[in-house]
Amino acid sequence: MTNLVEVRNLKIEATTDAGRIVEIIKGVSLDIADGEIVALIGESGSGKTTVALSLMGHARPGCRITGGEINVNGKNMAALSEKERAKLRGTDIAYVPQSAAASFNPSSTIMEQVIEVTRIHKLMPPEQARKRAVELFRALSLPDPEGIGARYPHQVSGGQLQRLAAAMALIGDPKLMIFDEPTTALDVTTQIDVLKAFKSVMKAGGIAGVYVSHDLAVVAQIADSIVVLKGGEVQETGTTAQILSSAKHPYTRELLAAFEPKPRQAHADADATANQLLRIDNVTAGYGAVRDDGLPLIRAVDSVSLVVEKGRNLGIIGESGCGKSTLARVIAGIHPAAAGEIVFNGEELQRAAGKRSQDQLREMQIVFQYADTALNPAKPVEDIIARPLAFYHGLDRQTRSKRVDELLDMVRLPKTLRYRHPSELSGGQKQRVNFARALAADPKLIICDEITSALDTVVAAAVIELLKELQRELGLSYIFISHDLSVVEAICDEIMVMYNGERVEQITPDKVKSATHPYSKLLFSSVPKLDPTWLDGLVRDPELVSQYGHR
Amino acid sequence: MVARVAASQRSFLGRSYNLVGVVAALVILAWTLIAIFAPYIIPHSIGDIVDDDYFGPMRQGLWLGSDYLGRDMLSRVLMGARYTVGISLAAVSIACFSGVVLGMIAAVTGGWFDACLSRFLDAMNSIPSKLFGLVVVAAVGSSIPVLILTLAVIYIPGAYRFARALAVNINTMDFMTVARVRGESTIYLIGSEILPNIIRPVLADFGLRFVFIVLLLSGLSFLGLGLQPPLADWGALVRENIGGLPFAAPAVIVPSLAIASLTISVNLLIDNLPKKIRDRDA
Repeated sequence: MTNLVEVRNLKIEATTDAGRIVEIIKGVSLDIADGEIVALIGESGSGKTTVALSLMGHARPGCRITGGEINVNGKNMAALSEKERAKLRGTDIAYVPQSAAASFNPSSTIMEQVIEVTRIHKLMPPEQARKRAVELFRALSLPDPEGIGARYPHQVSGGQLQRLAAAMALIGDPKLMIFDEPTTALDVTTQIDVLKAFKSVMKAGGIAGVYVSHDLAVVAQIADSIVVLKGGEVQETGTTAQILSSAKHPYTRELLAAFEPKPRQAHADADATANQLLRIDNVTAGYGAVRDDGLPLIRAVDSVSLVVEKGRNLGIIGESGCGKSTLARVIAGIHPAAAGEIVFNGEELQRAAGKRSQDQLREMQIVFQYADTALNPAKPVEDIIARPLAFYHGLDRQTRSKRVDELLDMVRLPKTLRYRHPSELSGGQKQRVNFARALAADPKLIICDEITSALDTVVAAAVIELLKELQRELGLSYIFISHDLSVVEAICDEIMVMYNGERVEQITPDKVKSATHPYSKLLFSSVPKLDPTWLDGLVRDPELVSQYGHR
Repeated sequence: MVARVAASQRSFLGRSYNLVGVVAALVILAWTLIAIFAPYIIPHSIGDIVDDDYFGPMRQGLWLGSDYLGRDMLSRVLMGARYTVGISLAAVSIACFSGVVLGMIAAVTGGWFDACLSRFLDAMNSIPSKLFGLVVVAAVGSSIPVLILTLAVIYIPGAYRFARALAVNINTMDFMTVARVRGESTIYLIGSEILPNIIRPVLADFGLRFVFIVLLLSGLSFLGLGLQPPLADWGALVRENIGGLPFAAPAVIVPSLAIASLTISVNLLIDNLPKKIRDRDA
């Protein structure tokens, strides 16, 4: 036995609700040496989490490990009884989940939960476990390592919680750590701290790791080698440098290509000022009780002004909680502004959507982040797309049906899809239907609220390409809200940076490198690059980080 | 649970059926057909005294024996199905329809309308149902329309609460926001966006409430406040023949079994409704 983990010809089956058996992992083999970090990368549904969980001998409900060997530290996890596996979990193998926020028990303190593993496995007395936990908190560069354990999960930030989840996993001194997309839910500025902390403790303890992610740039920073999965099969295996520089498999190349933003040709609109489509002036909106000055207690958007010109795109970028989604809702009238004015197409708009005219509503459409909740699961695709046609344009059944076909064609979906329900579509298909519904209204402006955030890199790149094409054909304008700079760079003519409800800076994509405002600088420098040495070489102004980073 | 479903599962027209559900549906169908065709199939008129003895045993000609006056029990049970099923169905339809529509409107509208309606119906809910029935029947007398309306009013608050809770969840989804920003009316929002998403639990609730109403109606009849003689629903049949209990007379057992078979079947059916197979490539 040379390697810590040796997986040979692993097969996992799932039973569908029709009783059909589907093989979801089709003979995966992989090796992990002592102290090595291996990344499992692939799109959603490729089986990367399933493989990672199988290293603990665990299969999710409805799934079964049906073949192959999973040797971890000399024991075949697939053959052990559930009791024996439970003994190894937490001591030999530990797991860090994607959403730490959902994995902590909100009703007991962090320290209690971090040292729970030592109690269950009777590893050490509680006093010693607490000391060990504080050491780990320090190693993971958490603020106030002595006191943070006494807090409750809701009293610390998302990035801190993710590191605390790692501390919980590390306390049993595992030989293997499994990270399941631990930074996917975090902002880029926070992600860096978490990645750095993970990397340093793993290196210091010589712990082997499995890092599940769909983000190649993040993986490049932390992993020694990369396994590319698709459809339950290994596509390509290699060291990080090999995969990044000389990928052989077409799918891997596609992943890499999706990472290179294709620059957008700027429109040569000379008389830009005459073409104002949307202008908002000093808009303020927020939540909570209205105070004497007519403004709400908590201001999510604070005196923001912006201009969108016809046929041009504005990107709004910022971390979560900076007010960018609220701004979208204010413009669309879902969340009426408390102050300021919105001028669309030359007319001043009412603040609340309910008071705007039908045409005004039609010309400005909003597309939401989660297509899962934005499409009514009880209706087939054709009904979803046809409704705006009937509602705004009063088309009869036949013309409507023809138009639905055209719209599906526009968003590059096969016509046969129209009879399906949203639950029968993939994430990218759902987002396209979501977009087709907005197009059905014949809008002039589409507000896209993080529409690619829930999608895999390759799928997101395809959606962005589609948006650009549609813009060329239909002369649309987009307001594109995202926390992902590469997406915004790829599609927008202007980028507006928001921080804490305020507009910090507005620049064009080619000037991103020379941002002037300190927050923009921090944000732009925090976007991971494909270069594996990027994280180690990254030097950030500590003053900036302490001012703007939420650690 | 998985193993059980797999063992007794049939599939037909893209839906999977459960054996228990099919049997329960057949029992309900049989009682419904009896309720509709009872006047044509009963061997004797329900008022005719056809036996010399009271609480007669089961025998040829009197298949379910005779009641406390020597009337044919089979005819009385078959006709009783009419009243039990008919009144309950009418009452539950009114209760669920009004409750669900009001619940959805309250969820979509919100604000003071929701607050007023909810508090009013909460107040209604706090009145004990049997007592409410007793008071109404004592005040205005017992007749079929009064019974239907009383039973419906008793069960509206429950249906309202249930539908509102479901609709509030749907109301927070993005597709509701999209529809609102499109400028859709409340009628469209509740009928086309919310209802299809809550219809399954609402139907389950419908079945459950039907059972409650059957039991409450039987209870009222047992107390002598339901249908008046010689008409009798199953609850009334149990009450009027309660004297036969020491003799193990079929007259008291059969209507009890009828109530049990209907209510249990409805419960089993709603627990085992056909499931649409959500299997992408099948």
